[in-house]
Amino acid sequence: MQHVIVGAGPAGVVAAETLRKFDPEAGITIIGDEPEPPYSRMAIPYYLIDNIEESGSYLRDPEKHFKAQNIEVVQQRVDKIDAKAKKLSIADGSSREYDKLLIATGSHPISPPIPGLDLPQVHSCWTLEDARNIIKLARSGSNVVLIGAGFIGCIILEALVKRGMHLAVVEMGNRMVPRMLDEKAGGLLETWCKNQGIDVHTSCSVDGIEAAADDLVEVSLSDDSKLSAALVITATGVKANMDLVEGNDINTDQGILVNRRMQTSNPDIYAAGDVAQGVDFSTGNFEVQAIQPTATDHGRIAALNMVGKDDEHHGTLNMNILDTVGLVSCSFGLWMGVDGGDSAELYNADEFQYINLQFDGDHLVGASSVGKTQHVGVLRGLIESKIHLGEWKNRLMQDPTAIMEAYVACTQELSYS
Amino acid sequence: MQKSLNIDPGKCTGCLQCEMACSYEHTGTFNPSRSYIKVFTFHHEGRFAPYTCTQCDEAWCMRACPVDAISVDLTTGAKVISDDKCVGCKVCTIACPFGTVNYSQATGKVVKCDLCGGDPQCAAACPTDAITYVDADWTGYDRMLASAAKSLPSAEATA
Repeated sequence: MQHVIVGAGPAGVVAAETLRKFDPEAGITIIGDEPEPPYSRMAIPYYLIDNIEESGSYLRDPEKHFKAQNIEVVQQRVDKIDAKAKKLSIADGSSREYDKLLIATGSHPISPPIPGLDLPQVHSCWTLEDARNIIKLARSGSNVVLIGAGFIGCIILEALVKRGMHLAVVEMGNRMVPRMLDEKAGGLLETWCKNQGIDVHTSCSVDGIEAAADDLVEVSLSDDSKLSAALVITATGVKANMDLVEGNDINTDQGILVNRRMQTSNPDIYAAGDVAQGVDFSTGNFEVQAIQPTATDHGRIAALNMVGKDDEHHGTLNMNILDTVGLVSCSFGLWMGVDGGDSAELYNADEFQYINLQFDGDHLVGASSVGKTQHVGVLRGLIESKIHLGEWKNRLMQDPTAIMEAYVACTQELSYS
Repeated sequence: MQKSLNIDPGKCTGCLQCEMACSYEHTGTFNPSRSYIKVFTFHHEGRFAPYTCTQCDEAWCMRACPVDAISVDLTTGAKVISDDKCVGCKVCTIACPFGTVNYSQATGKVVKCDLCGGDPQCAAACPTDAITYVDADWTGYDRMLASAAKSLPSAEATA
């Protein structure tokens, strides 16, 4: 049995390890087109502040791990899939056959339609190569404009501030991280950032970027302000890397459509991670989540099915956690609530504290918080286990911070006779 | 035989000596807010419940970690954080559905129960045997794991 995985990110690596665990004899190959050993984009913000070396972003010890697991890692670009012949064409002219194929090619940053994005001062922040380019231009005391205050924009904010740069953020939505936080939570983030001296422009877009003197650029905003910058970073979202499946009669939408076994419309081809559009736990709809925990869950489920274990996934829960210059925020599932459902919240703007719980009947279906770092994972537990909260729902309506108590009381036997 | 923490909330008096011992072992200070085991208080029921990581087989934290900073201590079975590798991204803190991996603002890393390398100080400090360190197949632990597994559909799917 020959398993081939295209893509060397978290989904691909976890899939390879899971395949090995359940099929000691199989041939397992990961093919990735970036020049570095398999690494994690999640670690890039910490590389930007010199907290780690490049090697600190590696998913596994590149010298030992893959050899020990008998997983072949190939640095090459796959040009084409021939699904009929079950064969891949590689950029160096060679080809490879597979029995089962996993596409874990991830996503790429989208470029907003803004004139001037091709200037050398403008970069996305997605790959280690992007990070190296940013470090070259991120000089202390100079100005940087960040286009997009989504998840990725917000996790690199801190790195730019810590490098001593003067930062302006431009977000088209009416608040920061609009796809992860509600208006109150997003508002807290905005106030927090402004208090740190960051120039935040919400409900605002960039009209254009033009070259200026001294290797600087001028960024024109829709609110008529003009910002001078040594560096412009675009973080306006990502899009699935689906080119590979073209011409193979594989169903796609926003990503490659997969069933609960992570199988595409071709039974020998699976997809996982940012490229895959799989079942969302909360809605039952097929969605591209493009988050780290989903990538690793996808990788594992795909691998289990590739080795013949019939494992249907109950859907991945959309969730995120974000540290924005020291203010931690997170959200889970249907944080925006459901029709007819109750909600509970605690909001203390002076202390930058917020927790919001969303119920459907006596189940928790979504949650978000700001300024809370303890026991936040239990929000996932409460949502994904669909625990009937019973009387604990009323207690949470009174005190939405009592999430651990609710979980412990609902899952452990407290009273011993 | 691997051992596990066994927690019997019925025996807990809420004295918090486990939290003191845990924080001292891991941070050198008597500071319950930095303890990796936490005693929850239930006023309505007049009960206390110590709670910490069960070192679950699924190891959601370990799988979600993007930089390989969580590994299994082969002697104790504990999932252990490497401070050298942890970058503080907090993904494990939302991946763990039990809420037992937490971010420490003091260190900029995540923290969790490591069974103190096989000599858990919470169990040693507990005056009422509400926390004991026993053979892993002890029935109480099975019950705890079963309730955890029951609560998470995908935990049993691949167990």
